[in-house]
Amino acid sequence: MARSPSPRKKAPAKPLEAMGRPVYIVDGARTPFLKAGTRAGPFSPVDLAVQCGRPLLARQPFAPSDIDEVILGCVNVAADEVNPGRVAALRLGCGVGVPGWTVQRNCASGQQSIDTAWRYVAAGHADLILAGGAEALSHAPLLFSKAGAAWFGRFMSARTLSQRLQALTAFRPAFVKPEISLLTGLTDPVVKINMGQTAEILAHRFGISRRQADEYSARSHHRLAAAHKEGRLEELQPMVDRKGRVYDFDTGVRPDNSADQLAKLKPAFERPFGKVTAGNSSQISDGASWTIIASEDAVKRFGLKPMARIIDCQWGSCDPAVMGLGPALASTRVMQRHGLKRTDIGAWELNEAFAAQVLSCLKAWTDKDFCQILLGLDEVFGEVDHDRLNVDGGAIALGHPVGASGNRITLHLIHVMRRLGARLGIATECIGGGMGGAMLVELV
Amino acid sequence: MATDQAQAALTRPPLTLPDGESIAADPPFAHWRLVTDGDVLWAIIDKQGASANTLSKGVLEDLDRLLDIAAKRAPKALVIRSGKQSGFIAGAEIGEFVGQTDEAAIRAMIDSGLAVFDKLAHFPAPTIALIHGFCLGGGLELALCCRYRIATDDARLGFPEVMLGLHPGLAGTWRSLAVMKPIDAMTAMLTGKTLIARKAKSQGLVDAVTEERHFAEAVRWAIRGDVKKADAKGPIGRAMNFSPLRGIIAARMERETAAKARRDHYPAPFALIDLWKAHGDDASALRPAETRSFAHLLTGETSQNLVRCFFLREKLKGYAKGATHDMTHVHVIGAGVMGGDIAAWAALRGFRVTLEDREMKFIAPAIGRAGELFQRRLYTPKDRQSAFDRLMPDVEGSGLARADLVIEVVPENPDIKHQVYARAEKAMKKDAILASNTSSIELEDLAKGLKRPERFCGIHFFNPVAQMPLVEMVTHEGLDDKVASRALSFIDALDKLPLPVKSAPGFLVNRALTPYMMEAFLAFAEGIKPEVIDATMEAFGMPMGPIELADQVGLDVGLHVAHVLKAEVKDRALPDVPSWFEDLVKRGSLGKKSGKGVYVWKDGKPQKAEGEARPDKALEDRLVLSLLNAMADCMAAGLVEDADAADAAMIFGTGFAPFRGGPLNYARKVGIATVVERLEALEKAHGPRFAPSKGWKTLGA
Repeated sequence: MARSPSPRKKAPAKPLEAMGRPVYIVDGARTPFLKAGTRAGPFSPVDLAVQCGRPLLARQPFAPSDIDEVILGCVNVAADEVNPGRVAALRLGCGVGVPGWTVQRNCASGQQSIDTAWRYVAAGHADLILAGGAEALSHAPLLFSKAGAAWFGRFMSARTLSQRLQALTAFRPAFVKPEISLLTGLTDPVVKINMGQTAEILAHRFGISRRQADEYSARSHHRLAAAHKEGRLEELQPMVDRKGRVYDFDTGVRPDNSADQLAKLKPAFERPFGKVTAGNSSQISDGASWTIIASEDAVKRFGLKPMARIIDCQWGSCDPAVMGLGPALASTRVMQRHGLKRTDIGAWELNEAFAAQVLSCLKAWTDKDFCQILLGLDEVFGEVDHDRLNVDGGAIALGHPVGASGNRITLHLIHVMRRLGARLGIATECIGGGMGGAMLVELV
Repeated sequence: MATDQAQAALTRPPLTLPDGESIAADPPFAHWRLVTDGDVLWAIIDKQGASANTLSKGVLEDLDRLLDIAAKRAPKALVIRSGKQSGFIAGAEIGEFVGQTDEAAIRAMIDSGLAVFDKLAHFPAPTIALIHGFCLGGGLELALCCRYRIATDDARLGFPEVMLGLHPGLAGTWRSLAVMKPIDAMTAMLTGKTLIARKAKSQGLVDAVTEERHFAEAVRWAIRGDVKKADAKGPIGRAMNFSPLRGIIAARMERETAAKARRDHYPAPFALIDLWKAHGDDASALRPAETRSFAHLLTGETSQNLVRCFFLREKLKGYAKGATHDMTHVHVIGAGVMGGDIAAWAALRGFRVTLEDREMKFIAPAIGRAGELFQRRLYTPKDRQSAFDRLMPDVEGSGLARADLVIEVVPENPDIKHQVYARAEKAMKKDAILASNTSSIELEDLAKGLKRPERFCGIHFFNPVAQMPLVEMVTHEGLDDKVASRALSFIDALDKLPLPVKSAPGFLVNRALTPYMMEAFLAFAEGIKPEVIDATMEAFGMPMGPIELADQVGLDVGLHVAHVLKAEVKDRALPDVPSWFEDLVKRGSLGKKSGKGVYVWKDGKPQKAEGEARPDKALEDRLVLSLLNAMADCMAAGLVEDADAADAAMIFGTGFAPFRGGPLNYARKVGIATVVERLEALEKAHGPRFAPSKGWKTLGA
């Protein structure tokens, strides 16, 4: 690992005490996640936010106009929905008096919104915040190259006939070749490798095999399929589009997937010898998720029933080339601040950007050098129990709408904690660009 | 939210009006203000005691004097605009048309109106009409006398005279033909459809479209001559006014009009085409011809009856006055054909709607149909998106706790309905209203077991919801008056026509319609072809024959209503339901919705045998008199306020031939005594179901 500095030891916080006023997550909802096909899906980011936000707000004891502000994570903002947080606030009926805005921290944008909401409420700046994430990767635009855009600008500003003719003769066919913004977006701007390649680097460093990655992925599909079948996805809100079509399950799930089937796929990012395929990576998807963040005062005032208390949220940072280790860094950091051991955490949601990436984090936690040198731990972190980790599947089966995932894993974590009777849980994700986020919550 | 309203007021500007001195007249103007604005004069129309401007005799007389006074002051320009928020001018004062029989007198009235318009058209300074909101009929004719017409984006312009069995009568024909392509002008006048401002501009009716906040500047530009006059005609447009093009186009218009309306039922559009055919190239000949034609139409029965329909519409709207509904959220339980369409319509009209059913898969088709409705009735993507945002599928029933009105639209089974009411009452707000769309169960039965029956009423829509304006508001003994008023006001806010009706089997419309439908089925059972039955009633003037109507509404629905009425109606011996009807429904041939009923349905249209559609006069008597007799029964039972209300119900709830002015109006024209005689004859020939109703005694009075 090239330039990772040793982690700065933050001053430990008092164990499990909230920083500021207690802040609760009282409810949440998400849309089904729709796997992107060849055409743009039927819903824009704000459409998705409205589809799950509407029924969520409809079942609350407060009116949408009682919300203090709306914060929405979104990476691919559509040109006709600029500042989607505000657009969503207005379309959800919060009224003109509720400010709304948008946050972006790549794959953690949906958790950044919760983090910011938590800090505002803890500090007493607000009592009730709607914090979510939304993404419609199927809508990611095709872009004109810079040369093509420049030609178009010249043509539009040409006034006289001769100017227009001159502009026309300067046209080159290459000007119409589009840039696929999605591919560009998934390539790190500093180290210039794409996200899948970061997973390859980790797979190599931590000895994750192709087979292991495929087995993990098949299990993600099985777990999600079981969760659908057994109705364990309580936060899922079905959607209906304008043609009357219903979307009530995550369309990326393949219940019959097996490691053998996945073994047939070719590597997606580093051919022909690589280990990371489309089958053991997260899917390109559309989806949205919301959580309602409330102070004690709001809980009392509106008669709300808190589900969990937000204890802390920490962000870790590392070399972009190994961004997949972000969860290991951030989770460890947040646990250290509160003097927690691995066995204190009863449930984990670790976003499945790539199977190899998840398995690398888990492996890293059992690696002495990694734990002592990079995490600053006295001893090895230990093995995370697979029966407490991503128990209902993850982004490999569900999809990873970038702006929404951080929100979904936090919301789903709380439901899992209730089921498993876990007092403490961590929702954590790696972040393109070389970071990780981890939110520590306590069941109420 | 009060703050939301205050914020909304920030964006809605007051009308641009000058603050100069108001010029007095002697006697003072009742309906206009003449105000100075530097060296420009503004004539502001603000009809006394009315919420909307209409051109009454008084308004035109005022204008006449105003123009004289204004001309004397030699202003740089004269601006004409309305001082009412509601809009520019809605048309002529229709009340002044009622009961006119003397064509010569009408022509004289029109001539004096035209003289005032001419004075405006020849005013010795540029005239500028500032148009916001509705600018219809006579109002548009007035605006056409001005040199410039500047409109706001929300302005709606048109010639709705054809809806009253007329065509423009104050020079609208030749003045519109002067600025529009003939085909556009004729289409506007033949269809009566309103044009949005931008469309009006592209067709030449309006010279500039802008926001209200730019009106003062626009006037300054117009005075300088910097506003470009609309020039929509083009060389082809001009050629269209001349033979032989004019003749060819007129012939085509005639054919298209004949496909929609018969000349003997609705003479006005044909008269307009005749006018243009004869004088389209000669404004000086067209002008007096327009006057003669208008006066002739006005005295005709169709126009008089259509004017009557206009007032019947106003009568129904009047039931909603005096109360505000104060509602923002409507919860609909039951997402079937009716429930889904009611929810979609309410969302279209700006209400927040939650639509509940047992599973999402029952709600989704309603959302799809709502999509089609929004596509047809809303013109911008933003408006459609907002409508969709307002319509929320609600399997959990979260909307119950928030709704101001809960409408139950579940199957006609009292047990199911009672279960729904029990659940709803637990969750509903204290001052929310509970309503049922039931068509056949009496309100007293449904109100049994309710904790608070005083806030329960019937709100009964007709199929298809998007097309039928009538909504029956069904009352019962325990209904609170305020609740009734709010319900009526809500129906009005939906842009529907409310009718308070006492609870009784079939309420009003179904009670009157069912014997007529049953008679049609009996005729079918006798071997008369359905095409003949339908053609007979279409010849009478119904928009659709009874067999086709039954298929459209659903034979199962019709059968259910028939059974209920046969069981519940005590004062008439209704015929038994014919067995073939039961068989059809048992076999699943339910009509349009199942693809087959009496007719086979393809692509939403019944497949009728060619050449079979010959109307039968004797059959017409049986069918029409069944309906009339049933209506008399309704009057005897005191179900609605008066005969006019009953007529209104049939016109707006079933499309009963509007040009006949309603069934009871038609009966009066034929003569009550004659009606009773014919019923007695039918009773002898066909049975006790034709026994003349007790109600004829009071109707004949």
